[in-house]
Parts: sequence; structure tokens; C-alpha cells
Amino acid sequence: MEDLTAADIAEILEVSDSFVEVGRRANPKVPSLRGRTVATLFLEDSTRTRMSFETAAKRMSADVLSFAAGSSSIKKGESLRDTIETIEAIGIDAVIVRHASAGVPAQITKWVEHCSVINAGDGWHQHPTQALLDLYTVREAFGGGAKAMERFDGLKVAIVGDIRHSRVARSQIAGYTALGAKVTLVAPATLLPPSLEGWPVEVTHDFDDVLERVDVVSLLRLQAERGSGAFVPTLREYTSGFGLTTSRAARLKEGTLILHPGPMVRGVEIASDVTDLPGALITAQVRNGLAVRMAVLFLMLGQGSRPPVRPDTPGRTNGDDGARGAEPDVSAAGDDGAIDRDGGPMGQQGGEA
Amino acid sequence: MAERERSHARPRRALFVPRVQVMTADDVRRAVVRMAHEIAERNRGLHDVVLVGLQTGGVPLAERIALTLAESEGLELPVGTLDVAFYRDDIGLRPVLPEATTDISFDLTGTTVVLVDDVLFTGRTIRAALNALGEYGRAQAVQLAVMVDRGHRELPIRPDYVGKNLPTSRDEMVDVSEDGVSLGELVER
Repeated sequence: MEDLTAADIAEILEVSDSFVEVGRRANPKVPSLRGRTVATLFLEDSTRTRMSFETAAKRMSADVLSFAAGSSSIKKGESLRDTIETIEAIGIDAVIVRHASAGVPAQITKWVEHCSVINAGDGWHQHPTQALLDLYTVREAFGGGAKAMERFDGLKVAIVGDIRHSRVARSQIAGYTALGAKVTLVAPATLLPPSLEGWPVEVTHDFDDVLERVDVVSLLRLQAERGSGAFVPTLREYTSGFGLTTSRAARLKEGTLILHPGPMVRGVEIASDVTDLPGALITAQVRNGLAVRMAVLFLMLGQGSRPPVRPDTPGRTNGDDGARGAEPDVSAAGDDGAIDRDGGPMGQQGGEA
Repeated sequence: MAERERSHARPRRALFVPRVQVMTADDVRRAVVRMAHEIAERNRGLHDVVLVGLQTGGVPLAERIALTLAESEGLELPVGTLDVAFYRDDIGLRPVLPEATTDISFDLTGTTVVLVDDVLFTGRTIRAALNALGEYGRAQAVQLAVMVDRGHRELPIRPDYVGKNLPTSRDEMVDVSEDGVSLGELVER
């Protein structure tokens, strides 16, 4: 997520627009990834992200295989690397990975030759499609299109809650910052990472102080399974300090957007009736997540030459471009011969999203 | 997404260098008027006729044809736009991206659809468009209007209304705009 520029994000969101339109049709299925096979490898629990990715792939006519740790050979003691090599040997075009440890998707990209790897959340590290769908949802609330993208510049975003354990927050910070927004983290000191050095954010422990100044409130779940319960004295105390209660919601500026990546715990980080406010976009986020994930899959699998080129590995600065197959032959590409049809702005983009 | 490489996300975009102008702005205007009249003539009364412009070059043409028909026939035809990116047969072979979103806000069932595009070349875009149209209802008939037919068809597709037949070589490019039609080459920038 950190490597995405504002222009990249804009492109992904524009492609998502097309898939939102597809979703509105009576038959919301397009043949664009026919013959491709996508596997979901979720080694950590998930409902919405996996369902969203699987639906996204199916709506583009890809075949979807679903691996779950409990029912796979991982339980028999197979290593992740062997599992991945098996997946690739079967001939799967993309694998969507969720893992409890940071960096696993990046590591997997080093093991595979042809298979694209999509990070659906790794440990506390990143959850890129969640951040992208948040950005899409905010952009949609601003009216969509290039004009809405401009409004991110200087936008004041508060990310509230368990920052320490949140991969969503890390991706959100990167995404909002790339678009020029100013991010403020709101959390008790125990729920912040040990060091915020290099993070392009402001930090406050006082939610009430920022309420009237922010344009977007992005709430995070208190992640009990990662032990955040031990980082706050009691849930009630957390709610009184950092929950978006009805009285706090009333103090927000008019038009303030409220986002939550889900699953939300009503009564803890968000009051039940707050979710019904016009600015609460939580359902829109889920809906847009589908279109954004379709866009990511399409951009990764619908591009370039078959077989898909080797996905990128992290942190490399100079390209192994040669390994990615030839540049598209532009003159032969525009099959209607009009110049405006040649190639897309994203061009050949394999690699990891 | 931290793991994506930056260096080649943005490919070089080829630049169109016009060599010769084959239609002036006036020629294009006259061709639009003639095609509009041909559409009215062939579909007597223009009952249930809708125009669908292909993104992006066909959209302004469809709008101009609709405008002409509004003036001459006093009828406002519905105009939709269609992007065929998800229906192409070359997905995975070259970069394919939607140019813009599809916007067809009316049911096509029972209508006569006039597909409008700027340049007809191999016919593959039109094949994709025919597949895409099916998602919006079962049209009674589909007709094709193009400003320039440059030949080199690879599929059994022919236009019903043509602005200009323009013999070309395969590596030439045709540019259609409000200012006219030019023939030229693509040069890698």
C-alpha cells in the first residue's frame, strides 16, 4: 500500500467505477477473467474479506478455489512453502492470502513464478484492499470522479481505536497520506504502536478534542483476538474515551463521514444508532469492497501477456522488468485503430496488490 | 500493497503523429448529418431506436447524431454509452482497461440499437460490444454506424452507416476528432 502513488490509487478507483456499474446490472457477471483460476488461502479467520474476494472473482467468471487452514494439508504438517508450490503447480493464476504473520504474502511472491499474490491482510502489517475500498467510499460520498479525488487534499481524517494491532490502520494511513489527506490517530497510549517514528500522522489521546475538526472518522475494532482487551482497563472505559457514542456523533460537523472496516462491535467502538446516521457509510464500504476487489483482480490478471508475469517482490527499487515479458505492442494493440484505445494508464502491472 | 514495484506501473504512452488529414471538420459534420438521415430513412419513424456510443470515440459521435436527428426529425433518441473492456477477447494478452463506465439507463429489449463508434478496424471491439449489449436486454436489431471504416476486418462484421471508407495499412493509425479525421502513425514517446 505504501508504494502506491496518488495516480495509482486514482486508477484503481476509476476501474472500480466500471465494476460498480457491473454490479448494478440485472446480470452482474462479466466474462473478463474467464479461464482464470483464483485461490483464496486464508490462514486466519475471515468472513467478509474472503466472501468479497470470492464473489469478486466469480463475478468476473474466474474459477475460485477456497483453501482453509483447517481442512488443508497444512493441518497435516505441510509447510506454507510446499502448499504454495502445490497451488502453483496446479496452475492457479492468483492466490489471495491472509495470514496472521506480517510479510507472508511478500514472502510468497518470492516462491512463485507465474502466480499473482494478493494480500488480504497479514498480521498487523497491511490490508490494502480494505484501505482502497475506504478511499473509494469516501470518493463516492464526495460525488465520485476526478473532482472528488481533489477533495482528499487537506482532508482531515481521524483513525480511532486499536491502531497498534490494526493492519487496516497501517494501510489507511498510507492511502490517505498518498492522496494528501492529514491523518490523526486517536487512541489510548496502550493501543498505539511502540514507535510512531516516520509515520506521517498526528496523535492525540483525546477523541473529544478532534470531533469538531475532522471530515472523516474511521473507526477500528478492538481486536480481542490479538489481545487488545489487555491493553484497556475495561471495555466501558474504552467506550467512554474512544467510542463513537451518540453524544459524540452529535458533535461531529455536518457531513462528517463515518467508516468502519467491520466487523463492528456495537456498543463498544460505535453506538448502535450512530450506524444509521446519513454519514455512516459502513454498508457502502462492504458494497464497494466488491467492486474494488474486482478492480484489483482485473488489474492483476487482465493485464499483460499470458502466462502472467512474475509478481514483484517487496522493497526492490530497480526493476527486473525484463522478466515481465515484452512491452505491449502498441501499434498492434488498438484493434479499432483509434489512438485513444491503446493500452491503459496502468499498463502492464502484475505483481502484488 | 507495499510489495508492488513502482518502476513500470506507468507504461510509455504512444503519441499519435498525424501525417495527412483525410476529412476536415466540415466533412465530418456533413458525414454526421448524412448518417443521421440514413438512420432515419432506414428505421422509418425511428420507433424504438436508441443510440449507443462506444467509449470513448463513439460517444461524441452518438451525441452529434442524436442532436442532428432532434433537429431534423424532432425526436430525442435515448443515448447510452458502452465500455467493452470486460468483454474483449484479448484480456491477458495486452493491457486492457475500461476507458469509462457504461451508462445504459434504459432496457434494450425490443429496441433497435444503433451502435456508434469512430473507427471500424478488425471488428473485435464490435464483437465485444455485441456481447456486452446482451446484458442490457434483447434488442430487436443492432445496427452499426462508424465514422471511418479502415478495413482489415478479422470477423464477419460490416457497418450499416459509414462516414468514410478509408483504405489504410495495418500499422497506420486513424484519429477521429471534432476537427476532422487524420491518418498517421503512432510514435513511442
